[in-house]
Amino acid sequence: MTHSPYRYSQGLRDGIPVGLAYLSVSFGFGITAIASGFSAIQAVLISMTNLTSAGQVAGAAIFAAGGLFLELILTQIVINARYALMGITLTQKLSPECTTRHRLLMSFGITDEIFAIAVSKEHPVGPAYFYGLMTAPYLGWSLGTALGAFAGQLLPESIRTALGILIYAMFLSIMLPSAKKSFGVLLTILFAIGFSCCFHFIPPLSAVPEGYVIILSSILSAILVSFIRPVKEEEEHEA
Amino acid sequence: MKLNFFLCILGMALPTYLIRMIPFTAFRKKIKSRFAKSFFYYIPYAVLAAMTFPAVFYSTGNIWTALVGFAVALVLSLVNAPMTVVALSASAAAFLFSLLPI
Repeated sequence: MTHSPYRYSQGLRDGIPVGLAYLSVSFGFGITAIASGFSAIQAVLISMTNLTSAGQVAGAAIFAAGGLFLELILTQIVINARYALMGITLTQKLSPECTTRHRLLMSFGITDEIFAIAVSKEHPVGPAYFYGLMTAPYLGWSLGTALGAFAGQLLPESIRTALGILIYAMFLSIMLPSAKKSFGVLLTILFAIGFSCCFHFIPPLSAVPEGYVIILSSILSAILVSFIRPVKEEEEHEA
Repeated sequence: MKLNFFLCILGMALPTYLIRMIPFTAFRKKIKSRFAKSFFYYIPYAVLAAMTFPAVFYSTGNIWTALVGFAVALVLSLVNAPMTVVALSASAAAFLFSLLPI
């Protein structure tokens, strides 16, 4: 494997749609954070140090409910455990330029969307490209939180609630194009939906907390599909 | 321990960073096993699907506006519309539907 052919500028370009999407999604987090009892500055600090949607929303909920430190930490670990899996997957895609020092900084930028873009590149990815890819999402996430926290309360209720669907629409736009190309991916998605819905609607299972539901459903479905339909060599490169 | 802001941001940011950083920095091998390769190939889609369903239907606080937004996101994603277009259109559809007098 040689050096990555992708430059910082290419990463920056690839990250702009994610940055715009984050700008709008984190607007919603800004509103949520204020409602949870944080000041606007605190909300922005959380976004700048966490850069994650589900974890921040869960954290704000625990803070608002007067939860405990240990509960907060455990929740963060469970909800964000997917980043460990994504991180390992991403290591398979890195060029040799990615030294430990670079990895320490790059790892901060592992999010669902940044991961999805980086793994779907044709060639190995290096630090320059990855920093470029992180730039717009980081700015969008921080700026959107600030806008939501400072100005969100000025919006009418109907607009604020409609913004709640943004993040899920974004997830769909990542999943479905790949599901069209790969039957295995489609199967994985259907299994995960099935498990997740069981955990939500079937009484004894519905007692399982949200963070664990995500982990259990996704690991079970990925294992099942890995048995049913293991990937072929050529498939790995075109997620 | 009860949470103040400092503990709260520490309890969120530190685990989140460590869980990203440790595997990403420590893992140096090439994965050889076909099963492991398959697992790591499928897991991101599984996570996204489990986070999206059924949560998307409650995301606007009203199942009908959520269904309309979802339908719009579904169609636009299937025709490979850019992420930002999908996200904003779904929200706009949910908002416009909520204005209808029904």
